[in-house]
Amino acid sequence: MLLVEAIILSVLAASTPLLLAATGELVTERAGVLNLGVEGMMIVGAACGFAGAWMSGSIIIGALCGIVAGMLMSVIFAFMTLGLAVNQVATGLALTILGIGLSGLIGARFVGERITTAPKLAIRGLTDIPLVGRILFGEDAFVYLSLALIVAVWWFLYRTRAGLVLRACGDNHVSAHALGYPVLRIRLLAVLFGGGCAGLAGAYLPLAYTPFFIPGMTAGRGWIALALVVFASWRPGRLVIGAYLFGAVTILQLHAQGAGVGIPSQFMSALPYLATVIVLVLLSRARTGGSTAPAALGTVFVPDR
Amino acid sequence: MQLVLEKRAERSRTIALVSPLIAIGLTLVTMSVLFAVLGKNPITALGVYFIAPLTDGYSLQEIAVKATPLVMIAIGLSLCYLANAWNIGAEGQFLIGAVAGSWIAVKTQGTEAGHWVLPAMLVAGAAAGALYALIPALCRVKFGASEILTSLMLVYVADLLLDYLVRGPWRDPAGFNFPTTAEFDPVATVPVLIEGGRLHLGSIIALVVVAAAFVLLDRTIKGFEIRVVGVAPRAARFGGFNANQLILLTFAVSGALAGLAGIIEVAGPIGHLQPGISPGYGFTAIIVAFLGRLNPVGILIAGLFLALTFIGGEQAQITMKIPLDVTKVFQGILLFYVLACDSLILYRFKLVSAAPQVQRAAR
Amino acid sequence: MLDPAPATPQTSHPLLQTVGLTKRYGDFLANDSIDIEIFPREIHALLGENGAGKSTLVKTIYGLVQPSAGELRWQGAPIKLSGPAEARSLGIGMVFQHFSLFDNLTVAENVALGLDGKEPFKAISARLADVARDYGLPLDPSREVWQLSVGERQRIEIVRALMQNPKFLILDEPTAVLTPQEADQLFVVLERLKAEGRAILYISHKLDEVKRLCDTATILRGGKKVATCNPKRETAASLARMMVGTEIKEVKPPAERRTTVPRLVVNDLNLAPSELHGISLRNISFELKGGEILGIAGVAGNGQDELFAALSGERLVKEPGTIIIDGLACGHLSITQRRKMGAAFVPEERLGHGTAPRMRLSENALLTGHAAGDMVRHGFINAAATLRTVDLTTETFDVRKAKRDPEAASLSGGNLQKFVVGREILRGPAVLVVNQPTWGVDAGAAAIIRQALIDLASAGAAVLVTSQDLDELIEIADRIAVMFHGHLSEALPRADATREKLGLLMGGATLEKEAAHAIGA
Repeated sequence: MLLVEAIILSVLAASTPLLLAATGELVTERAGVLNLGVEGMMIVGAACGFAGAWMSGSIIIGALCGIVAGMLMSVIFAFMTLGLAVNQVATGLALTILGIGLSGLIGARFVGERITTAPKLAIRGLTDIPLVGRILFGEDAFVYLSLALIVAVWWFLYRTRAGLVLRACGDNHVSAHALGYPVLRIRLLAVLFGGGCAGLAGAYLPLAYTPFFIPGMTAGRGWIALALVVFASWRPGRLVIGAYLFGAVTILQLHAQGAGVGIPSQFMSALPYLATVIVLVLLSRARTGGSTAPAALGTVFVPDR
Repeated sequence: MQLVLEKRAERSRTIALVSPLIAIGLTLVTMSVLFAVLGKNPITALGVYFIAPLTDGYSLQEIAVKATPLVMIAIGLSLCYLANAWNIGAEGQFLIGAVAGSWIAVKTQGTEAGHWVLPAMLVAGAAAGALYALIPALCRVKFGASEILTSLMLVYVADLLLDYLVRGPWRDPAGFNFPTTAEFDPVATVPVLIEGGRLHLGSIIALVVVAAAFVLLDRTIKGFEIRVVGVAPRAARFGGFNANQLILLTFAVSGALAGLAGIIEVAGPIGHLQPGISPGYGFTAIIVAFLGRLNPVGILIAGLFLALTFIGGEQAQITMKIPLDVTKVFQGILLFYVLACDSLILYRFKLVSAAPQVQRAAR
Repeated sequence: MLDPAPATPQTSHPLLQTVGLTKRYGDFLANDSIDIEIFPREIHALLGENGAGKSTLVKTIYGLVQPSAGELRWQGAPIKLSGPAEARSLGIGMVFQHFSLFDNLTVAENVALGLDGKEPFKAISARLADVARDYGLPLDPSREVWQLSVGERQRIEIVRALMQNPKFLILDEPTAVLTPQEADQLFVVLERLKAEGRAILYISHKLDEVKRLCDTATILRGGKKVATCNPKRETAASLARMMVGTEIKEVKPPAERRTTVPRLVVNDLNLAPSELHGISLRNISFELKGGEILGIAGVAGNGQDELFAALSGERLVKEPGTIIIDGLACGHLSITQRRKMGAAFVPEERLGHGTAPRMRLSENALLTGHAAGDMVRHGFINAAATLRTVDLTTETFDVRKAKRDPEAASLSGGNLQKFVVGREILRGPAVLVVNQPTWGVDAGAAAIIRQALIDLASAGAAVLVTSQDLDELIEIADRIAVMFHGHLSEALPRADATREKLGLLMGGATLEKEAAHAIGA
């Protein structure tokens, strides 16, 4: 295998959890809800995903467990922010704190266990196409699923009536309510979708990326996913670019550490986090005269009846 | 049935006072269920968690020691949150404060340096924490970058920097390769209040901070500015208060307090710099700030309460084999209940029957 | 109109009826057992002061609010509406006062969101163009709403409602945002809809309009129906009496005032917008003397908010001499420094801008009072002084409230506005800049506020009043200028400032006299 090919494959794998989580959050935010609990939902998804896969021996069941766990976490968030009109920022933080604790509790007995990770695809005639075959058809199925998902989200948002309604809720919930759209119910669905995606993104880590679970293994990926949504200006296309850029930074610093470039490893490990800060600054600066964020993002809505 | 919120004409002051108590009560009920699920006797477990630490002097001192950083950080965070500036990177500011103060301790190690060392360390810790907090604040003010994400990212960076220092340049040569600095000299150590005890000067500093914050928020125009800019930013601008300046100020103060807490923790109870100097004080302090309803006195009480859960959690792990993560779950659930109960201050909750039956009219 | 006689309802059956319709919010009765009958081919006015229950009633009819008691009848049969979609499917359309539009979506998307069913997007766009052309309401389907003027936005609302081919159309204060000429065009459309056999429920507080347009009027007061009448047979005064319940104290016309030196001078003010969809201010100049009230008319969104921000110092301008208060150049000075120079400001939005809604009145007194006076000493707050201001304002301006120092949000609109205006007037300002002084305020409070502004000017202050209510400006201002697209017209003396002239200026026309003047000069 060529080094370039190996690097591209590892970038694909490293980017996938970011892309999955960010896709879910993009839909949530397009509906006007800011769920800062992505990290918490992801880490619970990782713990439950691993638990499911370890007990059942099936990666698919593990992935489903991760999705359900993420959704259950997001239900708590939805109940608080949509049902009780609690501040979304504070609730998102609470969700992350709870998620880190819960994942430790659930995952404790699985620390040290190993599973066989999701198999890499091997499609006869496709995977062995020279140069591009392994990249286009040689990673695990989640990698391609995440790409299909973001395409589906794009189609949903811009080509369906339901997507239009969802965007409308994110733009102006008062108007949407006045026209008779069930704003809170639509937002609930968007939050659930975000939770499911985050759970799956978390589950990807112990099911495909590494063959084991360790507490805190999401290592801030949930937060980076949140930054990616900002980076993407809430557009699906740019989200893909952003996720792969960040995946590349992660992999490059790992390779650099491996190659022993003489820079302390801690400094290299800090790169993705510093890159996030720098990207946020550059982007926010580039967008003069306001942002393209959904106008109602993060605001509380209490319908009067 | 459907839950409907009805806005109150005024904030309910009664509920503002009792809502943390309701939240704690609900959390205890939830925890009992969790203990039962884990196969432990809930009554015994709650006893170990919340009663036992209050019954012996050592634990009581230990509660005060743990509450010290929590209260100091939470006071700073409460100023930020009141101003609607979301500093969630206090953990990083805590670590950077510890690192900066330790730098002086490491450099003066074994020299004739006098009693100026500890004050210098405290100042350095506070200053470094403030500067580190100003990074996300400046990114927000100058470039409009979300301070939530940037302040959090810097936690990881601070953690890695600390890790590098104690494994690299600052490692104790006589430390059997453990990632730690040498024990600080006596002049670089926060003095204990009672000979042979654990309670140290930091707790006094924390009380002073609480008092100062109370005066600031309740009696001064600056405190008023912070409160207005948080609840009504346009009205604050109309009042002539500069929101950006207040973001910088609250971040700097909160970073300074977190940094100060960091160096006090290292130069006090721990005595040297090493990885893992914080069991998540910077994040737990977020809960303390909200449980204390962003009020200095409330934060003091809330800080002591959450310190109790740390001590109780450790004891429950030793005596009942309850995993330490239960403490984090407890803290997370508590924050949820606190936020939910706070909603009661602004709204009445009402259950109404679902939407009426649809009857089509004749066309 | 060919036939001035009202429709003859007796001969047909009501299209929509409310029977004992009641809506309770907690202890508050928003609608108390209201009976209304609306017939086809009728324009039915719904009159009432702010808080009389008009909005609640129409929201109930549109299915947005569930009644607590009573029922709706549609063509004689009782109905229960599960939501606006069902109301629309029956043939009930609504044009909201605060439009139910989405700024970042296109016109076509906005229209599509207001339609039910499975009509493809392309078909909607085509039909939109048809309806718009048919009724003379031109719209570009591909533009995003934030780019459009207020009048165009209302057009979207109307076209969207018409595309459902409604039998019954509700319009909530439709002319509040229009120039008199635009309003005339709207009336033509409404007459046509009526001729097509539709029923219209028309909410307004402009009595002349109602007299001119409507066949029937139902008057609400305090949540109850007080009368149903033929507005053409009533006078504006008799309608007003029914709305308010008592005689309104007439505002004493300004006595002959002596104007003194210029106290507020603006020289060629230019300012780029601070917000994404804001308006640029261009070459604004005027001079305002002590003892004088200058009115600024204009349709909302033509730069009034930006002008307020520049005058108050919420936004600064580079050149100090652009804004001069009492002879001192202050374009670069903050709002606090301008307050110290004797200026005072009242913004349009009472809640959230003029006051912090969830803070007590004493704290809201401190909000603007900290600049001068004895409320703050060495950085510490003098709580007694803030309470004194609350008490004094309460007494002087008759602010009604449940307790001595409640939260701002708990006051009614009129009482809070009296507090916000009173708080500034009691500081004895040299210059008062006030935006929409009586917007959404009951008639009693409006009269008190207008009188206070006149008295303040008579005492020698310079008063700048921005308002969308032409009648208000004509009542209190000495001169009136018009804002349009960030420009400010020459000020017309009150005697010259007819509704027609002002209306033309509000629509962007330049007056011949001005043009002639320019050429002559």
